[in-house]
Amino acid sequence: MSVDLATVKRVARLARIAVSDDEAARMESELNGILGFVEQLSEVNVDGVEPMTSVTPMLMKKRVDAVTDGNKADDIVANAPNSDRNFFLVPKVVE
Amino acid sequence: MTLVDVRISEPKRYIPGATGDWEVIIGMEVHAQVTSQSKLFSGSSTVFGNAPNSNVSLVDAAMPGMLPVINEECVRQAVRTGLGLKAQINNRSIFDRKNYFYPDLPQGYQISQFKDPIVGEGKIVISVGPDRQGQFEDVEIGIERLHLEQDAGKSMHDQHPSMSYVDLNRSGVALMEIVSKPDLRSSDEAKAYLTKLRTILRYLGTCDGNMDEGSMRADVNVSVRRPGEDFGTRCEIKNVNSIRFVGQAIEYEARRQIGILEDGGTIDQETRLFDPGKGETRSMRSKEDAHDYRYFPDPDLLPLEFDQAFVDALKADLPELPDDKKERFVAELGLSVYDASVLVSEKAIADYFEAVAAGRDGKIAANWVINDLLGALNKAGKAFEETPVSPAQLGGIIDLIKDGTISGKIAKDLFEIIWNDGGNPAELVETRGLKQVTDTGAIEKAVDDIIAANPDQVAKVQAKPSLAGWFVGQVMKSTGGKANPQAVQALVKVKLGLED
Amino acid sequence: MTDLTHLTIAEASKKLTAKEFTALELTDAYLSAIDAANGTLNAYTTVTPDLARAQASASDQRIASGSAGVLEGIPLGIKDLFATQDVHTQAASHILDGFKPKYESTVTQNLWDAGAVMLGKLNMDEFAMGSSNESSYYGPVINPWRADGSTENRVPGGSSGGSAAAVAAFLCAGATATDTGGSIRQPAAFTGTVGIKPTYGRCSRWGIAAYASSLDQAGPIARDVRDAAILLKAMASVDPKDTTSVDLPVPDYEAAIGKSLSGMKIGIPREYRVEGMPEEIEQLWQQGIAWLREAGAEIVDISLPHTKYALPAYYIVAPAEASSNLARYDGVRYGLRVDGKDIADMYEKTRAAGFGDEVKRRIMIGTYVLSAGYYDAYYLRAQKVRTLIKQDFETVFHAGVDAILTPATPSSAFAIGDKELAADPVKMYLNDVFTITVNMAGLPGLSVPAGLDAHGLPLGLQLIGKPFEEETLFQVASVIEKAAGTFTPKKWW
Repeated sequence: MSVDLATVKRVARLARIAVSDDEAARMESELNGILGFVEQLSEVNVDGVEPMTSVTPMLMKKRVDAVTDGNKADDIVANAPNSDRNFFLVPKVVE
Repeated sequence: MTLVDVRISEPKRYIPGATGDWEVIIGMEVHAQVTSQSKLFSGSSTVFGNAPNSNVSLVDAAMPGMLPVINEECVRQAVRTGLGLKAQINNRSIFDRKNYFYPDLPQGYQISQFKDPIVGEGKIVISVGPDRQGQFEDVEIGIERLHLEQDAGKSMHDQHPSMSYVDLNRSGVALMEIVSKPDLRSSDEAKAYLTKLRTILRYLGTCDGNMDEGSMRADVNVSVRRPGEDFGTRCEIKNVNSIRFVGQAIEYEARRQIGILEDGGTIDQETRLFDPGKGETRSMRSKEDAHDYRYFPDPDLLPLEFDQAFVDALKADLPELPDDKKERFVAELGLSVYDASVLVSEKAIADYFEAVAAGRDGKIAANWVINDLLGALNKAGKAFEETPVSPAQLGGIIDLIKDGTISGKIAKDLFEIIWNDGGNPAELVETRGLKQVTDTGAIEKAVDDIIAANPDQVAKVQAKPSLAGWFVGQVMKSTGGKANPQAVQALVKVKLGLED
Repeated sequence: MTDLTHLTIAEASKKLTAKEFTALELTDAYLSAIDAANGTLNAYTTVTPDLARAQASASDQRIASGSAGVLEGIPLGIKDLFATQDVHTQAASHILDGFKPKYESTVTQNLWDAGAVMLGKLNMDEFAMGSSNESSYYGPVINPWRADGSTENRVPGGSSGGSAAAVAAFLCAGATATDTGGSIRQPAAFTGTVGIKPTYGRCSRWGIAAYASSLDQAGPIARDVRDAAILLKAMASVDPKDTTSVDLPVPDYEAAIGKSLSGMKIGIPREYRVEGMPEEIEQLWQQGIAWLREAGAEIVDISLPHTKYALPAYYIVAPAEASSNLARYDGVRYGLRVDGKDIADMYEKTRAAGFGDEVKRRIMIGTYVLSAGYYDAYYLRAQKVRTLIKQDFETVFHAGVDAILTPATPSSAFAIGDKELAADPVKMYLNDVFTITVNMAGLPGLSVPAGLDAHGLPLGLQLIGKPFEEETLFQVASVIEKAAGTFTPKKWW
């Protein structure tokens, strides 16, 4: 499988990365190089093979239901590029 | 999923159009906030309405290197709900990431369940009606699945001319997404479904069902078709936040789609918003991008696994659910199906009723709760939780009738006194002198006085015995309603010589 | 005082306890060395002298009061990927511009609890994506090793290039690092240092910016095997905040050093003889085999048939997870924001300006392989191939093999700005061909220096162990170290 320029642009849009036409063209050849390389996986017979989930067979750890965190809004917004009264501010979103 | 039509098209549900009849097809996706202290994957609080970003942990804000750890209570709540929906419980389920960008979605993905949800197929029986003949129809609505997922934060758009304000307090709160099959065929059915689902969740204590605070929200899938044809193209109406609005949204949307189709147009599959002010649905502008959520199993979380013993223990602890309760009320207490339905419609009412009925006649208790209590609440515009009369007080009133201390009529007055001023029913009867007069001597004197004072009536009653009632009324009046009505009736007949 | 920096952790600890010098003196020696060298080697993105001195003084008090921890007063460098409270934490990326977390990663907290001192944050490939440390926003790290008679700058390997260079150049006593496909072992091999990637789940990932969650593991880079064992014991823990952290007690790794290899079975996988591998790598491998045999180990030929598929599977799984893990860098809550006309424009401009080329490349690949219609063909298949790779190892371990010996890298350190590698991302990826299977199977892997190539550049051998049997790796590595000796670069900087 390989990608064309339109696909590169669509993927960049999905990934929210602005790309110029030149960048898109360069990415097209790089991505096709990588996709060509990974193509060899298609020769592996994976019939009946379970996808890997965990190195060590174990049950997922669970938390007890208790409030143990929060009440640190100042810390939460401490690194924010733009905040007001502990809200994060972003360019207006239209629904 | 393959959509299977399990319903029979019936003319009574058709919507007449300009060019013939139409049928509306509805499926619901309900987001129900799990009742828990802390969030699905972090230890911050789920309390509604706190200061901005105060219920937020580093995990909820998706700081670099933060990891989710699942809340065991949320798992139990989902399983309980699944059991309450008579659904398949999956002992192994997977958390996936649903990837998209939005400012109130800090991780850039929502942790949800996609291919392997915790709960599979189940069902809810709804009761629709009454129709013109006063009949109710029970309809079984299929549940497709229930899965656990994270809620998003909240963006506010009215604080600033060019900026949106983002608060992550809700970010990461556990939701159950409960997906119905496309089995609903009218706005009334949709409303009945939501009402019933909410009742079940409240009985289970797994969601408070409070739509005002957003702890229960519905996405409604609506399509229309000619009766008997295949399913049409559907539109999804997002985040409708009251049962009444769900009804309005469906009515509007069905009409809109019928209008387009009758004009020769086609329906675009899209996401729409309901505007409660206008009573209309409109297309969402921000969803112009075709979505590609790139689901994949969350590598930070292992599969969620539990054994059958875990499920069985939760099952053994499940409270009695409304359908079972209704059946029991009918079978054991002899209530009518209608009365039983009213009483189980809310867990609080059912609990109240059971407290009143304990050790008393079920039918009498039901009449008092339905006619007097619910009637008074309705008249006063009060919610059930605000009732000023406790089950003990109402039970006391019923006891006083049963042992002959007060008459049924006085009981109504006593109920009103307690409604307004409170108090112990037995004490009130004493202090306010409401006790029924059963002393025959006193009643006899009152009867004699009325007969002596009304010779004309005495003459008439000989020709027309039904006039005896007039004498009874006069006696009751002169005794302030406290005389035992049966005793008065008997004495009047004897004194007037009407005995056969 | 500069020779204080040449002491190993084990030696320095003894001398600190014996009060031959103070922790503050030791820290100052390192701070001076960094001051003199970092302008050239670029191993640190940030140096924290005030914090280091405060921690060292506190260490001196604890030593005086007899309450010293196992790493008391030992100055360490911390890879920029680890969150360190109120200190520069940027994963060597522009997108985390100015980010100073209000939290401390579990691994670094464990180190401070043991009494260690932080000298600063170490340079790395941006978000740990790279094999040469050239993708850092802060510029490449220079390997303290040069070819005999050459002044050409070489890469220290990646992504933990700053960690490896700083340890090799005596700019810290030891360093934290992380390894997703070889990012500890390859730079260790390129700089003549010892690096171990423990079993997945041994070190908590909490507070380490994620690259590929199912592969990322923290581990140390150290001057010798003993120091690596001491550091790993301090870094590892069972962490309730990391669901993938495994509930097993942390053993005393140091105790395994020097134990006899008699009766031990070492597997030599035939699939690791790759096409075009330099003769001297093959010779190094044979030398390693000979040393282990002499030490009493039984050498057996083994087969790991799915080895060749590890690299392509990795380049699906890792970018896929990365594309999702890096979605949080959106200019909303921390780091860089480039304003835009609307929210989507802000996202796109911020991420375009904040991420470097290699990170963008992997996000793009990852986004593509997860997109509608491709998931089964790429991601699901790759995760199934991982199962097969893991089964390969399980089969040989089940047959009695205790550890596996392989070369660590297919070459020694290459030149900075290598045009051939820069032009073809896949060529660069091939650097990890020997290390990547270990991450795919979640196993522990250790790189130990074993000799120098014809140009006088260090080469390493890799040992692969059973899950949670890191002790075996330290045991075997110490035999190789004893036979090969340790390697120090000639100071030119």
